[in-house]
Order: sequence, then C-alpha cells, then structure tokens
Amino acid sequence: MEKTEEKTPEQHTETMFLNVGPSHPAMHGVIRIITELEGEKVRGAEVEIGYLHRCFEKECESVCWNQAFPYTDRLNYVSPLINNVGWALAVEKLFGVTVPERCQYIRVIVSEISRLVDHLTCIGAAAMELGAMTAFLYFMKGREYLYDLIEWLTGARITVSYVRIGGVKGDLPEGFAEKTRAVLRELDPILREVDKLLTRNRIFIDRMKGVGYLDRERSLSYGITGPLIRAAGVPYDVRKDMPYLVYDRFDFEIPVAEDCDNYSRYLVRMEEMRQSIRIIEQALYSIPGGAIAVDPYGKELVGADMIEKAKLGLTKDYLGAKARVDLTLDGTDKKSAARVNLVEKREMILPSKEECYGNIEGLMAHFMLVMDNWGIRPPAGEAYQAVEGANGELGFYVVSDGTNRPMRARCRGPCFFPMAALHEMLTGYMVADIVPTFGSINMIAGELDR
Amino acid sequence: MEPCLENKTLQALNGRFGGAIRECGLDKGALVAIAARERIHEIISFLRDDPELDFNMLIDLFGVDYSRSQPRFEVIYHLHSLKRNERLRIRVRIEESDCQLDTITDLYAAANWLERETWDMYGISFKGHPDLKRILMYEPFEGHPLRRDYPINRRQPLIGPNN
Repeated sequence: MEKTEEKTPEQHTETMFLNVGPSHPAMHGVIRIITELEGEKVRGAEVEIGYLHRCFEKECESVCWNQAFPYTDRLNYVSPLINNVGWALAVEKLFGVTVPERCQYIRVIVSEISRLVDHLTCIGAAAMELGAMTAFLYFMKGREYLYDLIEWLTGARITVSYVRIGGVKGDLPEGFAEKTRAVLRELDPILREVDKLLTRNRIFIDRMKGVGYLDRERSLSYGITGPLIRAAGVPYDVRKDMPYLVYDRFDFEIPVAEDCDNYSRYLVRMEEMRQSIRIIEQALYSIPGGAIAVDPYGKELVGADMIEKAKLGLTKDYLGAKARVDLTLDGTDKKSAARVNLVEKREMILPSKEECYGNIEGLMAHFMLVMDNWGIRPPAGEAYQAVEGANGELGFYVVSDGTNRPMRARCRGPCFFPMAALHEMLTGYMVADIVPTFGSINMIAGELDR
Repeated sequence: MEPCLENKTLQALNGRFGGAIRECGLDKGALVAIAARERIHEIISFLRDDPELDFNMLIDLFGVDYSRSQPRFEVIYHLHSLKRNERLRIRVRIEESDCQLDTITDLYAAANWLERETWDMYGISFKGHPDLKRILMYEPFEGHPLRRDYPINRRQPLIGPNN
C-alpha cells in the first residue's frame, strides 16, 4: 500500500474521529490513538500514553539501589534482563567498578537471550495481527524454549531480577551451556520456517511494504534508535558504537535495511535474531572459568538423599561432595559466587551463605548491606549508561547523593521516541494499516510509560 | 568532573559561547557542559547546525530536582552526533522561582514529547512549545510528581462522571 493523496469531492464532507484504545485487542498494551478518518484514510492521529505509568522513577527514589531491580524487570517486560543489566551497569559506573569477566559474559548471554525473546514476541504478534497464526505459534514455541532457559537460570520467566550491583544473583548452573546450544539448534529451524512463511509471502509484503514510512531525517530528529533506525539505513547500535560489557570481543553484524517501512523493520528484526544467536554461541565458547569441580568421585547427590543417609550415619562419601540443590539456588554457593561477583567489594555485594554463616566478617558485611539505612552507598555523582535494548538505546541516568537510595533514576525508554513519531507514520494510510505499523514499532507499554 | 582540553566540541563551545558555558569536561567518560539557561537554544542550535559538530540526534531531555541545593532544578540534554559517534551532556540549572526554558522543538522533533514529560513531572515549562500539556499523568492531576516535595503516597481528588 502506498501513501496516496486524493482530492476530496466538492460536496460537504466531514472527518470522523475514531478512538482506538486504550483498551483494545490489537493494541499491545494500553495506548490510545485518536485518529481522524476520512472514509478509510487516516488524515491525522494523536497518540495518548501514560496508561501504564507506574512511577518507576519516583519509586526508585524511595528504595535502595539493589531494590530497584524488580522495578527494572517491569520496564520492558519482554526483555527484562536487558533492563537489569542496564541499571546495574549505570550504578557500577557510579562506583567506577567493573564486574569479573565471567559475569560480563553471563550478562551478555542473558541480554541476547532476552533480545531473542523480544524479537520473537514482536514478529509473532505482528504476524498474528495480520492473520498469520501459524507464524505466531511457531515463534511462541521457540520462545518457550528460551523461557525454560531463563527460568532455569533465574527462577522466573519474566520478572527475573537476576542481576545485582556488582555481579549476578548466581552463576550458570551445570549443563547450562549444553542446554543453551540445544535450544539454539531448535530455534534455527523455527526461524527458517517462519522466514519461509512470511518473508516472500505476497499478502505479508502487500500489507507491510511501503506502510508506516518515516524517512531517515525525520527518524533521526525524533531520536529513534534500534531496529527502527536500522530499517531507515542508519547503522547505529549501542553494542558497536559505545560497546559495553564484552561486546567488542564478539564478531557480529548490524543488519541495516533501506526502506524505512514496516517490512524493513521486520527484516531487520529477523536478521538481528540470527546475529544474537551468533553472539550467544561465541560467548558460550569463550566464557572463562569452566565447570566447578563436582565431588571428587564424580557423583552428583541429591540434597534430600544426603540428609536421609546422614541420619542413618552413612556419611562415608560425603566430605567434599556437591549436592544437587533446588534449581533456583544453583550457582549461588561460595565457589561459583566468587567467579561472578565482585567479592572483594564487601560494601557492594552480598557475601555467599558460607561466608555469612561461617565467619563474623561475612555476617557483618551481610548486616550492613541488608539492614535499613545501611546498604550500598555509591559516591555522590551522576552516571549515564546506555545499553542496546531490543527496541533501541535503553539508557539509565542515575544521580547519587552518597546515600543508600538513588536521588534520581531516569530511564530513557527506547519506545518513547517512535511513539512520538507514530502520528506521522499513520497519517495518509488506511485504518487497516494502523495495526501493522503499531506492531512494527514494538511498543512495550512498560518501557514507554515507566 | 575533570577538564578535557583537547576535545573539539568543548573547544568549539568555549570558543563561541565563552561565559555561557560555566564548566565543561569529562565526567566518568562522558562529555559534559554546564550551560547558562539564557542561551540554551542558541547553544543547541549551534551544536546541531555546525557541520563539524553535527549533533543530529536528541537522545534525551529530562529534569532533576536537587531539592537541597540552589538552583533547585536541572534540565539535562543528551545530544548525539552520529557522524562522529560522540555524545554530549548539557546541564542547565534553573531556579524554582523561574523554572522556564526555551523550547527546542524547532530543532529536534523528539523534544516535543520530552519537554511535555519534563513539564508533567517537574513543572518546568518551555517557552514556545506548541502544545505543552501533560503526557504521562491525566489532565486534572494536581502537582508535579517527580518533585522531591511531592510525597509518593499523596492522594489525588477523585475524578470521573460522578465527582
């Protein structure tokens, strides 16, 4: 569909105002679009946001630095680990510390897994809204494999709170790398299958090509970043231009399309998923610190069985054995915590349980981090850290006044800017084009309204 | 903030605006310039239009409330130059009694919504903005929520057809 300008007839006509949302099945979240229609053509649109405003910035000012992680989960709730990583990096910048290398690789791996989840959701939902239910369900199947990985690692599917200031909650469990590689092997045919279903599909191309056009200069003026600006021909990606963590060690490309329409955005996201898979594979290959030594006999024991046998006095082989604990506690013992947390910074990171219950210094460190009015205290100052979210540059600007609570916590949500430009992307097209255009922006209300 | 003498942007800013740039340098790796509020539109216009500086993207615009020091508010602009891959932070302090700045909606389209959000959250108005109204809060909301003196659990008067 191309944008057309038609002459209106000489008789008296009026435009009609159609209110789309805020509660609407085709809107991803709560957004209100007030469109001015002339027949099927959209002559103007105004976008109203703020229906999911949950005062992220205000709430962060009243909690401690580490307590902001559940709030950051709920910003972009389809890729929560990227938000977590962004907040942690911003606060660590205030301290002026860098986490251990293994932790940086873990953060990269989980960020890329989150990015995969977000793109699968976006393209799947966009395809479903055009009627392609099969593509949606294939991508949801792929997404479930990734959610299994995330749940194994963090304990939750979307409200993960996995990262901490100075590290992550726990190391990768045993066998995570193998399972991840298996999941990526499963994802590859799914991506190819949906590619075959959609990319050269006549209906899909007719609905998406030429629709939702916003030219390059306008996009830059709106401050749009991420897949939308890459679909306008600008190769701007925070991972390449302002690298953080260990992204500069990996070999990946930034897909760029030229046409600035919905179809280009779809192509960019599809290719970005393949690049994310590349990054994860490289990271798993070169992540430092191998498997922690299991028990000297190579045996894996279940904690409950150990206790039962110990009650009977059968403790012969247990010295030095590593019990298989609850999956959500995997990776949090002293040895693995030392690999991923900045353990030397006692004022930043919680000591492992062995330290805390084993010696008085650990107990004191734990007390001083957890009790009210104590906690981590970054030096006074400001810091801004940008990470590449699934929708663009996600930035956190934190101001500290030296106390245990942030003074200001600003989140630059990448969805805010394309939504400001949405009225321009809708004007001149048909009512039926509202849905694919809106879907291709991948607006996440949590990130938009904060 | 440590001084940064060799950076081209800061040199150009200092050279052209002199007294209007109170302080500039590097803060944890980021280029920062603290500017005076009177000439902010001119400064940002220069940064955008000068072909050698070419800051063609407005990345962010927001306010900060330093409730305990004067001037109370600070508005921060993050500008980005794609061509040179350079990021600049401009900080402008404004007092509570006169919390108003010139708009930059004529320079960047992103400023429209960003300035609306700063107005909504802090009450900092932007002179010349085409449509300065609330964006995240609803219209009859009273007060500016991100100010430090707005308590987080304050109740608002009920609105709706029966109130």
